[in-house]
Formats: sequence, C-alpha cells, structure tokens
Amino acid sequence: MLKVSCVTKYFKDQKIFSNLDLTVDRGRFHVIVGPSGCGKSTLFDGLTGVTPLDGGSISWNHESLLNLRYHAAYMQQKDMLLPWFSLLNNALLPAKTSGQNIKNAKEQAQSLFARLGLKGYESHYAKQVSGGMRQRCALVRTLMFNRELILLDEPLSALDAITRRSLQSLLLLLQTEFGKTILMITHDIEEALVLADEIYLFSKKPMSLSRHYVLDSPKPRKFNDPILLNIKADVLDKLEGDLMNEQV
Amino acid sequence: MNRFNLLPVLFAALILGLWELFVRILAVPVFILPPPSCILTVALVRAPQILPHAAITLTEILLGIGLALCTAIPLAIIMFARPSLEKAFAPFLVASQAIPVFALAPLLVVWLGYGIASKVFMAWIIIFFPICISLLEGFKSCDKEYRVLFRLMGAPFFKTLILLYWPWALPRFFAGLKVGVTVATIGAVIGEWVGAQQGLGFLMIQSNARLQVDLVFAAILWLTAMGLVLWWLVGVLEKKIIKWK
Repeated sequence: MLKVSCVTKYFKDQKIFSNLDLTVDRGRFHVIVGPSGCGKSTLFDGLTGVTPLDGGSISWNHESLLNLRYHAAYMQQKDMLLPWFSLLNNALLPAKTSGQNIKNAKEQAQSLFARLGLKGYESHYAKQVSGGMRQRCALVRTLMFNRELILLDEPLSALDAITRRSLQSLLLLLQTEFGKTILMITHDIEEALVLADEIYLFSKKPMSLSRHYVLDSPKPRKFNDPILLNIKADVLDKLEGDLMNEQV
Repeated sequence: MNRFNLLPVLFAALILGLWELFVRILAVPVFILPPPSCILTVALVRAPQILPHAAITLTEILLGIGLALCTAIPLAIIMFARPSLEKAFAPFLVASQAIPVFALAPLLVVWLGYGIASKVFMAWIIIFFPICISLLEGFKSCDKEYRVLFRLMGAPFFKTLILLYWPWALPRFFAGLKVGVTVATIGAVIGEWVGAQQGLGFLMIQSNARLQVDLVFAAILWLTAMGLVLWWLVGVLEKKIIKWK
C-alpha cells in the first residue's frame, strides 16, 4: 500500500500544496485529475525524489521512505526513447542500468513486446515507428523496472484520440495482467473514468483535494455508463467552478 | 555533384583564376607571388621532396590529436561529474588559449628539444581546448527529463555517462574535433618554424630564405590539403558513428 501523508511543497514563498494525503492500496488503479499547473507533476517529482518535499511522509508497504526513487517505475508524457538505441535496447535500459542479468531481461522484454503488439519491431529505432508504438515501447520499459508501483504522468496525452483509446486498454493490462499498483495523472476525465478504481480531483494552487470518487463498476467500462456520466458532469462542474472563481 | 557541392569549387576557381590573371597581366616576379598554376606544378613535381616533410608534420598533428583526445575526454568527464572542479580548471583552460602559441613555441623547443615532442605539444595545446569544451557543453546540454529517467532507473554516474551523456554529447564532440583537427596544423607548423630539422614548417622557412616562394606556397598547399582531409575524415567518422541524426 502506498501511503502519502501530509506532504507539503513550496517554491520559494509560494505554497504548491500542503498537508496532502493519498492512499493507494496494492493492485489498485488510482487517478489524479486537476487543472493545468495545479501542481500534480510537482507532486510526482516530490514522490520520486526529483525535487525534495518540504514536509510529510511517504510509505510503501508499511516501509517509511524518503521518496519512491527505488520503489516505483515512472512513465512520463513524452516517450523518452533514446534515438541511438533500438526499441528493444530502449526497453532494456532499466536492466542495463541496474545491473540485471541481460539475457533474462531480453527474454522478458521480448515477451512484453509480443504482448503489447510490438513483435517484429525490436530492432527498429524510435524515429522509424509511430507515436503509439513509441509509447508502447515506453510502457515496456516501464514494466522492465520490475517494480510493483507505477507512476504515470499523463502517459497518453501526446497521442491522438484513436491511438489513446487502444493504449488505454494496455494501461489496464498493467493492473489486471501484471498486478501493478498504479497512480496516474491525467487531464482526460473520460480516461480517468474508464481506468480508475478511485479518482482524486484536485483544485488549483495551492493544490488540495476537492473530490474523491470510488468507482466500483467492472472494467473494461464504457463511456455511456450513466454512473460514469454523472461523475464526469460533477468533475466538469467542479473544474469549471474553480475556473470561474479564479477569473473573478 | 549537386549545386551546393559545386559552389565552393566554382568560388575557388574564380579566386584562383583572378589570382592567375593578376600575376600574369602585371608580370609579378615568381619570387614575389607565383601564379597558382606554378604553385600546383611545383607541389606535384617536387612532391618527392615535400612529402617526407609532410609525413613528419602529419605525424606531429596525429600525435597531437591523439594526445588531445586522451586528455580532453577524461578532463571533460571529470569537470562534468564534479562542477566544483570545472570552476577550478576553467581559468587555466581559458588562459591556455589566451597565451599566444608563438610566445610558447621557443620555450617548448628549449624544454622539449628540436625533435617531434615540442611540435606535438604545440598541436596538443591548440586541439585540446575545442575538444574539451565542446564535449563538456555537450554533456551539459542533456535534457533534464532524461537525467531524471536515468536517476529513477537507479543508474550510477558511469552507466549514465555511457548510455546517455556520451551519445548525447557526440554531435558537439565531433564539432569540436573538426575545429581541433583543422587548427592542429597551426600548432605543428609554428613549432617547426621556431626550431626543427624537418617538417613542412621547416621546409617553408628554408625555402623562404632562398626566395623559393613557389615552394613555400607548395608546402602551404600540402598543409591545406592535409587539414581538409583530416576535417573530411572526422566528418565521415561522425556520419558512421552518429547514425540516428
């Protein structure tokens, strides 16, 4: 279980968030939604140790940690594939950097390539394949971290709508087939509704929790589910309300 | 040959044509300014005399390049890994370029002798700086997001260097190497001017003293060709290594 308690972050004198709490049970898919620039990515930076937090505590499976640097895999909006490596070698980076057995890692990566529809593209370079395939490769690389907890920072936002739909089902595989615990940031409310077990809706800076939704309906879900549509309307109302207040 | 390759050839032909015309019309004596046709003839006819000197100069340049690579690459890595060391070394690096090489050449001949060592050292001084600084700047230009990714993968510095920083910096490294090999001829020839018994610089000084200006120009032509070939070779190597661009 990931437990984030009372985390606080300031940039100089500006409060980004304070006393923020989050809990993600093992094997669950939690999604963070909030307006642009509210501090969601800063929260991830703090959780992963990219920038230090100014307060609060983080624990993973009841072990208290300074950050999740060695405990979570992280996937960003950009695919971050290195142009000088083939797709397979990009996927093998976590194994190469952490001194894992490369032969075993290669077998694992090849099996993941087959599972995520990249079979036959192992020796291709990033510039030779589509954005969707690059993002699949980034997903394989994320799985190659071999960590149970996965942090996804708007992983599909750079893709077109059709590619995004197909990749959403692959994100679900992370939970259903690979048993990962996932915390994801997204701007896309429909994406959150389709994928999440719980949604955290955050307000503008200083970022704070304004709604928490628990979605019990089975997956895969359809957008036209009335319960989901109600939640979507509520989220949009809240976001629009925040925007109006800000403009006033 | 496309239009872009043809342009420098046409420009060179124009300059040489005007030069030839100017010298012929004004009947300028050969010991003042020989025409390009005469220089080319001397460069080819007297090649058996020039080439042994060119081989010496080329050896000095290649050793200078080798020495510069062996020192500039580790120093760039050290300065990148430890920014405090960069601050400590930077004034000395800049100073090494601010001192005129002409002023250093006689001292180096005194210290290292009339042999090849002083010339190699001169070439090294000139080549070292562009390689070291461009490689360091290449390392520094690496995107923060990639650094973060490697940090999250738990990559130690040396692995990050091999897998990320080095390939990232390669285009800048080659840009620095191209500058380095082109100006390397300056260092070697200055060393030979000050004190040597062989090499193209030595041949130039000897020929100039005997008013054999055509031979001086022929030596310069060989030296220029050497610089151009080295520059081209680095370009070929760059294309072979940086396939992803």
